Amino acid sequence: MAKKKDLDLASSSAKVKLGVSDIVIRTFGYILTTFYALACIFPFLIILGSSFTSESYLNRYGVQLIPHEFTLEAYKAVTKSGLIWKSYILTIAITAVGTLIGLSIIAMTGYALQRRDFPFRNVISFYIYFTSLFAAGLAPYYLLMTQTYKLKDSYLAVLLPLLMSPWLIILMKNFVKSIPHEITESGKIDGAGDMRIFVSLILPMLKPALATIGLFMALGYWNEWYQSSLFLSSRVDVKPLQYMLYETVNSTEALKQTVAGQYITVTDIPSNTVKMATAMLATGPIVLLYPFVQRYFISGITVGAVKG
Amino acid sequence: MGKRNKTAASAAPVAKKKNFFQLLWKYRTLTLMCIPAIVFFFMFSYMPMPGIWVAFVKYNYRKGIFGSKFVGLQNFEFLAQSGKLWSLTKNTILYNIAFILLGNLLAVFMAILLNEMASKIFKKTAQTMMFLPYFISHVLVGVLVFNFLNYDTGFVNTILVKMGLERWQPYADPHVWPVLLVIIYLWQQTGYSSVVYFASIMGIDGEIIEAARVDGANAFQKIRYIILPCLKPTVVILLLFALGGIVKGNFGLFYNIIGTNSMLYDTTDIIETFVYRATMTDFNFSTASAVGLYQSLIGFFIVMVVNFVVKKIEPDYSLF
Repeated sequence: MAKKKDLDLASSSAKVKLGVSDIVIRTFGYILTTFYALACIFPFLIILGSSFTSESYLNRYGVQLIPHEFTLEAYKAVTKSGLIWKSYILTIAITAVGTLIGLSIIAMTGYALQRRDFPFRNVISFYIYFTSLFAAGLAPYYLLMTQTYKLKDSYLAVLLPLLMSPWLIILMKNFVKSIPHEITESGKIDGAGDMRIFVSLILPMLKPALATIGLFMALGYWNEWYQSSLFLSSRVDVKPLQYMLYETVNSTEALKQTVAGQYITVTDIPSNTVKMATAMLATGPIVLLYPFVQRYFISGITVGAVKG
Repeated sequence: MGKRNKTAASAAPVAKKKNFFQLLWKYRTLTLMCIPAIVFFFMFSYMPMPGIWVAFVKYNYRKGIFGSKFVGLQNFEFLAQSGKLWSLTKNTILYNIAFILLGNLLAVFMAILLNEMASKIFKKTAQTMMFLPYFISHVLVGVLVFNFLNYDTGFVNTILVKMGLERWQPYADPHVWPVLLVIIYLWQQTGYSSVVYFASIMGIDGEIIEAARVDGANAFQKIRYIILPCLKPTVVILLLFALGGIVKGNFGLFYNIIGTNSMLYDTTDIIETFVYRATMTDFNFSTASAVGLYQSLIGFFIVMVVNFVVKKIEPDYSLF
């Protein structure tokens, strides 16, 4: 048993002496983790590098990590036509409005549903939760949105469906549960109504929860392309960012619009690098911002993950 | 409006029987706070449900869903006989099993490794880097994969050419995609999935680990006898819930990578990509709805079974 050196019991914190097995695992761990972490960012880096490479070099030699024949042509092409900036403004607007409205509704609902004295909470909770157990499917949904609600080509078709989800409501419920019921009770003793209690007493204590859920929603809106692909046809000029990227990459027509007016023929367009530049611009903010708000996502995952 | 019971103010020990409207009035504020959500789900989740009828008709645009000719199970028969239903189900389930099992395995593995690292800076940096794939949209994943694998300019081919080897055209070979898609999925999800396990490990009582050290346990034994057993309930629950969704999901990933490349459908077409194309490209609402209903029913049944099993193992975690 004396394979490892003596343990210093007095200092129970950091200064534990290492055994052979620890060193083995740590070395193994450092190598593997480094490899995996690099693998996570590597695909992104090669696109970034190649977006600054000239189109001719790219077509001749393929995608590489380091830019060759450094040029800003692709970025100039994408930004000059202005379409991407309009997409940006649209996406930011939808994200802001959707997150604000959705978060308000989710917060209210989450609070009400965790109030033990609320007699309807079980029924309403089940009503909401059931929708994640059984869904009508895409075809009926599509027909309803286009024929009954007449939302084809409307930005509302993108904004509305993403306002909330059963998972976010349950997550909010879990967050609110950690606020002691005494707060509500003391509010009631003071004669305040439920809404007053919610706004003045509960909401201020919910700031981390609001940040977490707000960020999840904002990410959902920013990355959204699915509803756009269902309901926004070519009649709509400005599309949300990720869908605009999707079309630029997959449709020549869209590619032409993205670099509108700058090239005479389609074959003149440096299409590969333009697509990459568009991709980088569409994702830029997320990649730059997420390290700063990572902890909110981590808190959301841990609070929400296990208890459904 | 509801009746207001004026004599209810007394704290009499006899339980006052309130009828529905009295309760509604008493809790009107809380109920009102729930109304927006109720309306939302009614509009976007419940209202589409009657439209499922279109799976049982031969859809005629002019006649609408309920005016079209009723054909019973004909749409289902066609899908079953052509083998399409089976092929889609098989692909969907197999991919999900691979994703769930390998995904959780890798997530646990990474969480354990990460926990063993001493340097805080290393841990934080590594975790941040590992999170990147989760934040990017599926569209971007599709772009990344294409620029990695495509025949003319793909990074892989750039390397192959440099090494003097032949180029590789995966987009024409259906057989490689099960492996590729699993790798891509793991690449995108593991950073995110490992967080849950990492948090669980952090939550293990430090004294137990100290005690083990005193008893002379080495790192491997610590992992095997303490960490893994502590993680087991979490793993089991997450596995079961994930299995509950085994006929669903991953549309975004598959559609952006495979797209409309029909050469690859045999091994990569899952239920949701088929339904999407049937709806949006073919406008074949009857078939799309039939497959969708099939998916919803099977999914519902599986979740019920899973919940039953979870109730037996860890009753706290069951859904209801």
